[in-house]
Amino acid sequence: MGVGTLTEIIVVTSGKGGVGKTTTSASLAVGLAKRGKKVAVIDFDVGLRNLDLIMGCERRVVYDFVNVINGECTLKQALIKDKRYDSLFILAASQTRDKDALSRDGVDKVLKELAEDGFDFVICDSPAGIEKGAALAMYFADRAVVVVNPEVSSVRDSDRILGLLASKTRRAELGNGAVEQNLLLTRYNPNRVESGDMMSIADVQEILGIEVVGVIPESEGVLAASNAGIPVILDETSNAGLAYDDAVARLLGENRPLRFIDAQKKSLLSRLFRS
Amino acid sequence: MGILDFFKNKPKNTANVAKERLRIIVAQERAQRDSPDYLPTLRREILEVIKKYVNVDPDAVLISVERDGEHEVLELSVALPEKANAALGNG
Repeated sequence: MGVGTLTEIIVVTSGKGGVGKTTTSASLAVGLAKRGKKVAVIDFDVGLRNLDLIMGCERRVVYDFVNVINGECTLKQALIKDKRYDSLFILAASQTRDKDALSRDGVDKVLKELAEDGFDFVICDSPAGIEKGAALAMYFADRAVVVVNPEVSSVRDSDRILGLLASKTRRAELGNGAVEQNLLLTRYNPNRVESGDMMSIADVQEILGIEVVGVIPESEGVLAASNAGIPVILDETSNAGLAYDDAVARLLGENRPLRFIDAQKKSLLSRLFRS
Repeated sequence: MGILDFFKNKPKNTANVAKERLRIIVAQERAQRDSPDYLPTLRREILEVIKKYVNVDPDAVLISVERDGEHEVLELSVALPEKANAALGNG
């Protein structure tokens, strides 16, 4: 057994774009670092770098993931240390247009070096789609956090991703136990669920058949956080932030009940004059 | 339920519609995903052989692999045309 076995590699993936993968990656990484874990969060979206903006370190990117793979800098030089947590590091995606800039061997090398450096967690922020970047983001994963909106196209795409996780990963190829699959529902709106125009947690879970690690309510806090470059988990006044904190606790094995999943009771007046 | 709702058209429960549609398409896509790569070719070749003897429709051949515990069962179903004179030759 090498040192690498102590590092847990988590891919944040979804298939569909715009469901909250980067928001989730940033908040999970911060939440784990806040609990004293040594965390690296890597943007696999070559050509469409965005994790740096969500983390608020876009002006400190000097070297990126592809530079490290090509040996143009050391991993240490490319890792951006978070200003808030000493044990949190960001590796930015390259803005190159060369889709083949990432290679499996290159990614493997970087992940091995992070393991040797004693990282507890590596969060791989997958690009949308099922092309090379997404395939590489999931290949080495021990666990997958599948981000899903309660909406038909997102659910269907997630199911495709589950199929790939079961066959196109190192664990699947080596017969090394399955990649653990966790469902993270985002943009959940309990009022719409109650009125019957949004699928419920149970509906989505029944279709996909995987365990729920978190339910993030639709919240104004998410946009405000990305505007500011402060991951939403740090906003303790926002339900989304609190829900992400719960999700991190569950990833670490804590048993926390789901919050913010019930419809808000309306006043008598607004019930009478429901618009 | 508000009293004003009485005057409005009640919206359908679209979440149930979504769930039902997803249940079907996801089951179908999972079945395809889990089936061996050679199935489409096998199906085409079987269809060609059958067509030598009976004039069947291209959609008449259904083929699937079902997993039953340790075993895999190759299921083949061919719908023959209704009229007996659809048979070619004198066999």
